[in-house]
Amino acid sequence: MDIKVFKDKCTGCKLCQKVCFYDAVDIKDKMAYINENCILCGACIEVCKFDAIEIKEQAPDMDFTDHRGIMVYLETHDGRVLDSGFELLSEANKLKKDLDTPLYALVVGNICQDEAKKAFRYGADWVYAAMHAVFENHFDDIYSKVLVKTIKKVKPDIFLGAATPFGRTLIPKVAAILKTGLTADCTGLAIDSQSKLLKQTRPTFGGNVLATIVCKKTRPQMATVRPHVMEKIEIDAPKQGQFKEIKIQPGHYGTQYKMTGTDKKQEESINLSDYEVIVAGGRGLGEGKNFSMLKELSEVLGAGLGASRAAVDSGWISYPHQVGQTGKTVNPKIYIACGISGAIQHLAGMQTSDIIVAINKDAAAPIFKVANYGIVGDVFEVVPKLIERIKSGKPLIE
Amino acid sequence: MVKIKVVVCIKQVPGTTDIHIDPQTNTLVREGVENIINPFDNYALEEGVRLKEKSEEISQTVALTMGPPQAEQILKDALSVGMDEAVLLSDREFAGADTWATAVTLAAAVKKIGDAGLVIFGKQTLDGDTGQVGPEFAQRMHMPFIGYVSKICKLDRKSIQAERLMEHGYEIIEAQLPAAISVVKDINEPRVPSLRGKMKAKKMEIPVWDRHHIGLDAEQVGLSGSFTQVVKVFTPQSKHEVMMLEGSTAEQVEKLFGKLKQLNVVQGA
Repeated sequence: MDIKVFKDKCTGCKLCQKVCFYDAVDIKDKMAYINENCILCGACIEVCKFDAIEIKEQAPDMDFTDHRGIMVYLETHDGRVLDSGFELLSEANKLKKDLDTPLYALVVGNICQDEAKKAFRYGADWVYAAMHAVFENHFDDIYSKVLVKTIKKVKPDIFLGAATPFGRTLIPKVAAILKTGLTADCTGLAIDSQSKLLKQTRPTFGGNVLATIVCKKTRPQMATVRPHVMEKIEIDAPKQGQFKEIKIQPGHYGTQYKMTGTDKKQEESINLSDYEVIVAGGRGLGEGKNFSMLKELSEVLGAGLGASRAAVDSGWISYPHQVGQTGKTVNPKIYIACGISGAIQHLAGMQTSDIIVAINKDAAAPIFKVANYGIVGDVFEVVPKLIERIKSGKPLIE
Repeated sequence: MVKIKVVVCIKQVPGTTDIHIDPQTNTLVREGVENIINPFDNYALEEGVRLKEKSEEISQTVALTMGPPQAEQILKDALSVGMDEAVLLSDREFAGADTWATAVTLAAAVKKIGDAGLVIFGKQTLDGDTGQVGPEFAQRMHMPFIGYVSKICKLDRKSIQAERLMEHGYEIIEAQLPAAISVVKDINEPRVPSLRGKMKAKKMEIPVWDRHHIGLDAEQVGLSGSFTQVVKVFTPQSKHEVMMLEGSTAEQVEKLFGKLKQLNVVQGA
């Protein structure tokens, strides 16, 4: 344990116990004891009025001067780079100004050169591209090999990847191979002005608490970042940087996996994170067939179709549409919640959306607490009128 | 070839995410919050129990958790829904573990349990939300890992075939055992413990293993074994006031249309 309570100073006032997020303080005989739940976040130290708790600093930081630059991994699908990668490049392009280091893009997939070179438009100084048919299937062992190889060669100080389902499988594997720290599903990144460490902020407890995490001991500092949180910024006049093709000898890329089937015939609107606008329905829709109304709204808006757990559990719509703690986490520009009351579990999956519109007949529904625009009304009246209004392009009232 | 064991890794978490700081007193509001099994882990346990019920190839199911002594309770719960055995990893030196140190600790325990053919995780935890321990564990064990599994199509002593939910649809993947997977809610409907199950669980002794039992050095566990460190924990600022769009339905829709137009989502007069 690196946290210590001074017996002579502690009064057993329980303040530390109250602020502890992790239930890590036991009070016995008017004295605080830190238990195994402790993650050394320091909340108790800040609140203690008697300076009775101390965290002992670790051994001095190691020398990482041979690690420079930020590397961003760009995921591809069906021959295209996913937007989440460009968002990350744009964010890294801001971060690199605080570090004065190069920005590397690492593109891996069964793609062509022109597609990989798109990374220059978002600020990459260097593009490393591994382009080969061996990457057709998203197998973590094949991908990790090329990621690890490139990281070992280039030695970036920071490595970022999008927190997509594949990213959240692949990148932990890479971190484990490299034996370095990884922070999952970040929503905020910044460089500490003094230590130059990457401050990685991420939601925990379903977004009700934020934690800032650093990686002092190992390099690169790795993070996955939630798609759509960062803004994709195309540069007006991108300079042509260095393009490096990573040679792939297929024989070196064996796999432990076998793809025995795919099912992509699912409805189009299934990949919610592809959409800038999401229309979602909940219990307020009453029954499954009423989802056709929302489907129509999603179509006229070019939006994805989401649902609350209540709607999915009732069998009104399939699980891949579920937004929330047990479903998907989404961050669209606009989230339109129709007949969704806004249970905490649902909010966890969508409350970081830029703009939230809530339509609900109950004015006291918790969804209005996170909404930017609220309509108290009957979804069966509001939604059809809205569809009509969008389709006709003419005002409903003179 | 010997029969395989199925190990299910679970975690004790606060029974709600509705945790916030009282702005007046700057203290944490967690009144009436009980500790429970991470909800996602219930699907992992259920799948483990079902696999054993269906298959002759499985010798035993084992529930495994790392946590304080009180975490014994969730192992009792796991036994009551039909797991055969349970192991608690508890040691003050495990404190402060990040996902890597947790993965290392679980891996050492799974090795000690022995003959694990399949290790099942929930997709992520309710409190940490990282979903990282499963893949890091698999790498530590040099096992293949299939994440976001919505269905196990086939399992024998040698291999697993599973359907995983990716961004663009489902994929069916096959991997050799031993393997690790993480499961999503869609995979099954967890059962409620029976009275008999509860009685059985109550009577069973759960072994507690510390660092020495699983043969790890002090530098490998807890904060010392972690690569990352939490430096600050805070609650997000509530960002805005909601603007209610008032009036008749037509007026409300007209106002909403205006907002959507400002946001460049719709066009028209």
